[in-house]
Amino acid sequence: MVPHLFHGETLHLMPCGAIWWPAAEALLVADLHFGKARFFAATGQFLPPYDSVETAIQLADRVARTGAQRIICLGDSFHDADGAAHLAPDAYEVLAGLADRAEWIWITGNHDDAAHFTFGRAVEEMTLRGVILRHEARADCTAPEISGHFHPKIRLRHRGTAVSRRCFLVAGKRMIMPAFGALTGGLDVRHPAIHKAMGEPVTALVPGTERLLHFPVTQRLAACA
Amino acid sequence: MLEADRRGEDALLVSATGSGKTLSGFLPTLAELADHPTDRLHTLYVSPLKALTNDIERNLSGPVAEMGLPITIESRTGDTGASVKARQRTRPPNILLTTPESLSLLLAHPDGEILFADLRRVVIDEVHAFASTKRGDLLALSLARLAKIAPDHRRAALSATVADPDAYRRWLSRNNDADNVALVRGLDMAAPDIRIISPQGHVPWAGHSARYAAPQVMEEIKAHRLTLVFCNTRALAELTLQELWSINTENLPIGIFHGSLSLEVRQRAESGIAAGKLRALVCTSALDLGVDWGDVDLVIQMGAPKGTARLLQRIGRSNHRADEASRAFLIPGNRFEYLEARAALDAIAEGVLDAEYWRPGALDVLAQHIMALACAGPFDEDALFAEVTGCAPYSDLTRDQFGQVLHFVADGGYALSSYDRFQRIRKGADGLWHVSHPRFITQHRMNAGIIVEAPMLKVRFRNGRVLGQLEENFAASLTPGDTFRFSGLDLEVEAIKDADLIVRATTKAALIPSYMGARIALTTSLSDRVRALLYDPEEHNRLPPEVRDWLEAQSRQSMLPAPDQLLVETFPHEGLHHMVIHSFEGWNAHQSLGMLITQRMEKGGLNPLGFVANDYSLAVYGLRKIEDPGTLLDAEVIDSELIEWVQKSYLLKRAFREVAVIGGLVERHHPGRRKTGKQVTFSTDLIYDVLQKHEPDHVLLRAAWADASTRLVEVGRLSRLLDRARATMLHVDLPQVSPLAVPSLVMIGRERVAGGAAEETLIAELEAIIADGSTNDHATA
Repeated sequence: MVPHLFHGETLHLMPCGAIWWPAAEALLVADLHFGKARFFAATGQFLPPYDSVETAIQLADRVARTGAQRIICLGDSFHDADGAAHLAPDAYEVLAGLADRAEWIWITGNHDDAAHFTFGRAVEEMTLRGVILRHEARADCTAPEISGHFHPKIRLRHRGTAVSRRCFLVAGKRMIMPAFGALTGGLDVRHPAIHKAMGEPVTALVPGTERLLHFPVTQRLAACA
Repeated sequence: MLEADRRGEDALLVSATGSGKTLSGFLPTLAELADHPTDRLHTLYVSPLKALTNDIERNLSGPVAEMGLPITIESRTGDTGASVKARQRTRPPNILLTTPESLSLLLAHPDGEILFADLRRVVIDEVHAFASTKRGDLLALSLARLAKIAPDHRRAALSATVADPDAYRRWLSRNNDADNVALVRGLDMAAPDIRIISPQGHVPWAGHSARYAAPQVMEEIKAHRLTLVFCNTRALAELTLQELWSINTENLPIGIFHGSLSLEVRQRAESGIAAGKLRALVCTSALDLGVDWGDVDLVIQMGAPKGTARLLQRIGRSNHRADEASRAFLIPGNRFEYLEARAALDAIAEGVLDAEYWRPGALDVLAQHIMALACAGPFDEDALFAEVTGCAPYSDLTRDQFGQVLHFVADGGYALSSYDRFQRIRKGADGLWHVSHPRFITQHRMNAGIIVEAPMLKVRFRNGRVLGQLEENFAASLTPGDTFRFSGLDLEVEAIKDADLIVRATTKAALIPSYMGARIALTTSLSDRVRALLYDPEEHNRLPPEVRDWLEAQSRQSMLPAPDQLLVETFPHEGLHHMVIHSFEGWNAHQSLGMLITQRMEKGGLNPLGFVANDYSLAVYGLRKIEDPGTLLDAEVIDSELIEWVQKSYLLKRAFREVAVIGGLVERHHPGRRKTGKQVTFSTDLIYDVLQKHEPDHVLLRAAWADASTRLVEVGRLSRLLDRARATMLHVDLPQVSPLAVPSLVMIGRERVAGGAAEETLIAELEAIIADGSTNDHATA
């Protein structure tokens, strides 16, 4: 867990893609995609039905380690509109246990409809200590903003070894979080859609063991990636 | 062949390459159809290559037309148009030429039963090239189905010379019994004239031979009509072409042919050869099989042959006449390769070939086959089990394993029965298994296939002309302005658009692409011969002075191990402590051992820094001296640490990706969705992680393990190595590097000891490098 100063707020960025925000006692996660495997099973691709419980277990572990009082999910918490209704029982149990201990806020995304979930409060977006939390970054936003949606991932190649990691992106007042879900893939940080959404020069932040590594997303990075 | 067929027997015809065996395979068919014309499908021809079916269609149609025979001949492959395919199902040709994959798709159609009802013969070409692979598994299963539909047809398979014909007879049989298949020996060809060439009497320490041999290769090209220059990798082929053109003062037409090039480029090479326009073609194993290349009068093998069967196959590309010797030159790239080339020549002279390794039939292939059969119509579980276990590859399949595969096809085969209601196939009230929705049939047709390629990017010019494709991993490392060499051209990257790499020709010096192609490892029988050659001083007289001196120096300064001994040398070199294990078990096994040993050294506080493997030896280096190599080579490594390591390594993930696609867990294409160029829609690595954690016994994980342990890790050879270590290891501690160890130290391809900590260091280093050079260069890609 490595601290990063974001518009006066100290955020701890975790390698798994979560943010621990001590001053707000909040754990932020984006793009959990509960029920993704089940969604694809219905189309005949039988992905292992363990993704939801795996994501839930990981989330519970982060809550336990940080002692978070608030869990804020930045949208696409469920892979599809049916996801909330069909959440695997073992995953539900873990989440319900968490909901007993912490305040739960679902920010709604483009995939899901968490509004009708049995616990927690659903909002379209919210402001926490002056920072706007929403699912997808907005071009017209002037306040500091944290969002998800893009599942950023960085690929690096150095000395013959290739490394691919989930990463955070910052540009001016915006931060984009990586996906937290167990079966969620990633979008390369050089993808034009990301740069269109962020506007300004983008830096990828990769939490290392001791500190946060900064990679400006440039032509030069592309040469190494 | 005719006799066996007349007796109604299945037969295997074994004959040297170029002896015209393919046409002889059709003789019984032509004789029967001439006497008894029919409008039904009479003979099914299956070859591993699309190009070969086209070639046979041409070569067969000519004589048939000339003789005025009432016989229709057509091919059916992935390139055949949809309307032709549909017509073929109702009005088939007498002779249908196809591939294992297209046959499987035909059998997945409800009409298959009618189409094949009157089948009289099946002819399988180049069976040696694929019977023991997954494609061989698929064809064996399809043959079993054909035997159900048309029990009276005869099978005939055509094979190049192989070490163990009985194994192929067993594969071809209907009940796993070689005796039920007649063995027919073809004509013996004149013994090939093969020579080892060392340009100017020089054999380099390391490398694989492109540069130093180019002038000599050029001379030979000038002296012959048409030369094929075989290279072991695509990168070496590109490099060789580059070297040849740099000294091609007469501008002789020299082309290139490998698996990454576009169909158009490859066809141009083919027609160039056919028209006699080319003087030489630099090529890879993509040309090992099939098509008759006409007027080739010389074959040159760059680098070591790696196996005798492969070498013979390549040599057979020249001079397709039984009474004239084929001509070939071997150009060893380094001293070990010289020994290997010598050993290969000896083996060929003695008529000893590499034995094929036969593994049990793959479960992912079985899954694909079960889905294919379900698409054709309802099936009975017990009858299918009997049918499947009648095939040699699946003769040891247990009922339990079969049940798991069936369960996997139905709903993913998870212990948790959460997908019951999504079943693709379902057991009906009639006790038979049915496809539960027509869309799963479409899905199967779009996704069936045995060859799973790494994600590829198309290489094309701005005007749309496609040159070929590159592995995404390499392409992702390119950025506009970068240069690389491909298809014999120096190219500069203009842009990367979706799944296309857009390039323009350039005059700047270029990088050579690093292809991910699988390594061909030295075969066991060749490695045994190299060891024998190494030890026997009498044999050294047959080697060139440079190689002889090298071995004598080794004998003086250290020792030459006996064939059954394992020599391990330790010495300091350039400030590091080295250990070189001279085990000759091939690259895959050495690479695996390197990972294991460095892991052990890490645990034992020996501070390893890395290792480098080749076909002949493994070199490990680190900060501390290894006093007792025996403890690192303990055989228990295999039981515990190996399994643990393979599970964590990328090898198993790579194998998992393949079984997940073949088995149908993830799709390559989804009905109604645009093809994205990305061939698999999910990260199979993520699926692997979740599955490994929550259901490590899943049938696909076991299938992946079977693949990884045989093909990628070569566990069998690794344990052979360690068994030898226990009984016969000789440890020699030296003040400096030994002559025998030099080649491995000057080799490229070093592996750093990687792991959590090492990876962190790596990306931190990279951050510093980037920060150094890019303060205000923030333009986005």
